[in-house]
Amino acid sequence: MGLRTFKGGVHPFEGKELSKDRPVEEYLPGKDLVFPVSQHIGAPAKPVVAVGDAVKKGQLIAEAGGFVSANIYSSVSGTVKAIAPHRVATGDMVNSIVIENDGSYEEVAYEESEVGSLSKEAIIEKVKKAGVVGMGGAGFPTHVKLSPKEPDKIDYIIANCAECEPYLTSDYRRMMDNPELLVGGMKIVLQLFDNAKGVLGVENNKPDCIAKLEEICRDEPRIEVVALQTKYPQGGERQLIKAVTGREINSKMLPADAGCIVDNVETLVCIYRAVKEGKPVMHRIFTVTGDAVKEPRNFYVSVGTNYAELLEAAGGLKEGGAEKMISGGPMMGFSMFDLNVPITKTNSSLLCLSKDDVSHLEPSACINCGRCVEACPELLVPSRLAKQADLKLGEEFEKWNGMECIECGSCSFICPARRPLAQSIKTMKKDILAARRKK
Amino acid sequence: MDNMLHVSSSPHVRAKDSTNRIMAYVILALLPTSLFGIFNFGLKALLLIVLTIASCVATEWVFEKIIHKESTISDLSAVVTGLLLALNLPVTLPWWEAVLGGVFAIAIVKMMFGGLGQNFMNPALGARCFLLIAFAADMTNFVTDTYTGATPLAAMRNGEVINNMDALIGRTAGTIGETSAIAILIGAVILILLGVITLAIPASYLITFVVFMLIFGGHGFDMNYIVAQLCSGGIMLGAFFMATDYVTSPITPKGRIVFGICCGILTGLFRCFGANAEGVSFAIILSNIFVPMIEKMTIPRAFGQVKEKKEGK
Repeated sequence: MGLRTFKGGVHPFEGKELSKDRPVEEYLPGKDLVFPVSQHIGAPAKPVVAVGDAVKKGQLIAEAGGFVSANIYSSVSGTVKAIAPHRVATGDMVNSIVIENDGSYEEVAYEESEVGSLSKEAIIEKVKKAGVVGMGGAGFPTHVKLSPKEPDKIDYIIANCAECEPYLTSDYRRMMDNPELLVGGMKIVLQLFDNAKGVLGVENNKPDCIAKLEEICRDEPRIEVVALQTKYPQGGERQLIKAVTGREINSKMLPADAGCIVDNVETLVCIYRAVKEGKPVMHRIFTVTGDAVKEPRNFYVSVGTNYAELLEAAGGLKEGGAEKMISGGPMMGFSMFDLNVPITKTNSSLLCLSKDDVSHLEPSACINCGRCVEACPELLVPSRLAKQADLKLGEEFEKWNGMECIECGSCSFICPARRPLAQSIKTMKKDILAARRKK
Repeated sequence: MDNMLHVSSSPHVRAKDSTNRIMAYVILALLPTSLFGIFNFGLKALLLIVLTIASCVATEWVFEKIIHKESTISDLSAVVTGLLLALNLPVTLPWWEAVLGGVFAIAIVKMMFGGLGQNFMNPALGARCFLLIAFAADMTNFVTDTYTGATPLAAMRNGEVINNMDALIGRTAGTIGETSAIAILIGAVILILLGVITLAIPASYLITFVVFMLIFGGHGFDMNYIVAQLCSGGIMLGAFFMATDYVTSPITPKGRIVFGICCGILTGLFRCFGANAEGVSFAIILSNIFVPMIEKMTIPRAFGQVKEKKEGK
């Protein structure tokens, strides 16, 4: 049998060699740390500290602003310096709590638990309290994910260990360095769902991870390691579910509708920390990489750390500098114009490229070659959708299933006419969603 | 960090294949049959190839100059059109008619409709049909020093049995690039290996054609006759190089199969019941016209989409 996967997809240059074998180093942040109150999907968190307050590491500084929202904790001790809008990696301005680091890292006490004796409600409560969100980038509050309507119908817990975005190696390092935390997190989630089986889905370009995880899961009857074909976007939620279970979901469905719950590697680690150690989300692994970086590295960073500081910690830029800096991977990441932004729970890397492949490209006429159709993991016709989007033909766009687009960028990547298909489609989707909200 | 950073929407990387690289692949894939054509029909064939390519490229350049558009000749699509047109001409054709065909292909069939990607009809085939109507005698004159008999298709029409080996290798009368099934198949393999085309259109085209001929060909299950039909005339060149023209074939996966079936039925129809022994060109350009309709009927089911629309409307 061939490796499990989905239909469509592309094979961009992987670039993971740059940083994958660099050990994770803890980076102690500099003076000011910035905590945006929106680091997740849903309502912004509400600050519970005021300017001038002294805070400890591990102290709640903003509480969830609703059910679909998440708590935010300080990752250092110090003083609240300001609460004001600050730029984040996507380029937006977000209200943020700025904490001046006193360098002592004085920490609150955490409440450890015997996981096996906890009730399901208590586990979910602990995950919620710790402010765990989807750390792979989406930032969906994890306690919401763990509270489906019909928990008995969940039969798959899938750990998204695909890491299909080129260049990123933070999940890879986690799997190599702390597989027990990942599997520990998985076991906690399995404790919530009696009928579920745990699956660790790993792309087969990481055979060392597969071997390691298989080894530590040998005595775990409920957990299985599944090798997936290396193909972008294998780590897309819908694509991963398809590869692992053969089930398909569309934009109107949740993974739970297919009996699945999908969590990223770092998220499961955070769940473990939250439930077992009682620790909130304050750290994550963050990769600084790209051909323009002097010494690409993986860091264990505090949430709130400044991007520019980390670039310096990685030796800064090579001579010749960088034309493009991206928060995240090259397929779905955001290009940045300013590095004075904080790392949030969902940011996994800073990618600095000496050459920008894209901005100078002149799109030419669509030749109808169909490569975008073959590449689209959602089985759409991107060239047609982009044309409808450019002409603002909303009705046609929806008829051709444009709203199903997951914005993976495979169509733009593959287009020989260099047309920015994904960009057009994304814009149209936003317009349609905005119009729907107005109604 | 004194330099300005570039900002653009994701993705921030691109695949290697560009439009002109793909066109270069097609030209490469057409080389075997072009070279065989020159070998088979002599230097006059080379002259026609050079002239039609030059005429196509020049027409595109002049047209874009006149309408003040940036020149697109570097995308090589005009070269492909010129080459394909030449391969569809008999070597006896007066040179100026070939040049006129190139002008028609680019100016009328392609540029008038908006240039690359906008034309609804394959420019080379459009021009061939134009020449076929305008200069019927010249376009059907396949008598050369080497070949004094009829084309294999015409011979078969008269009830003769042709030598399949000759048809396969291409030692027969016909247009410059259509005679050698082997040379065309080598090109087809190149196209498929380089990822330029998939088998969807050629396979559905040829299979449909074979089925049609088995039923209506009048020779029953005579495999010799079927192979002769497949190796003669323009069907191989048409199935792999003309019907697969991106611009004028459907983009939807199912649509491509429907399109191939369309071409197959029409080719069979024209060859069995038409006034001429050959019908590939007309079959393909007629199918080209159906493309928008085929695409509308074959909007693919999106990933995870459940059937629901049917009841709603």
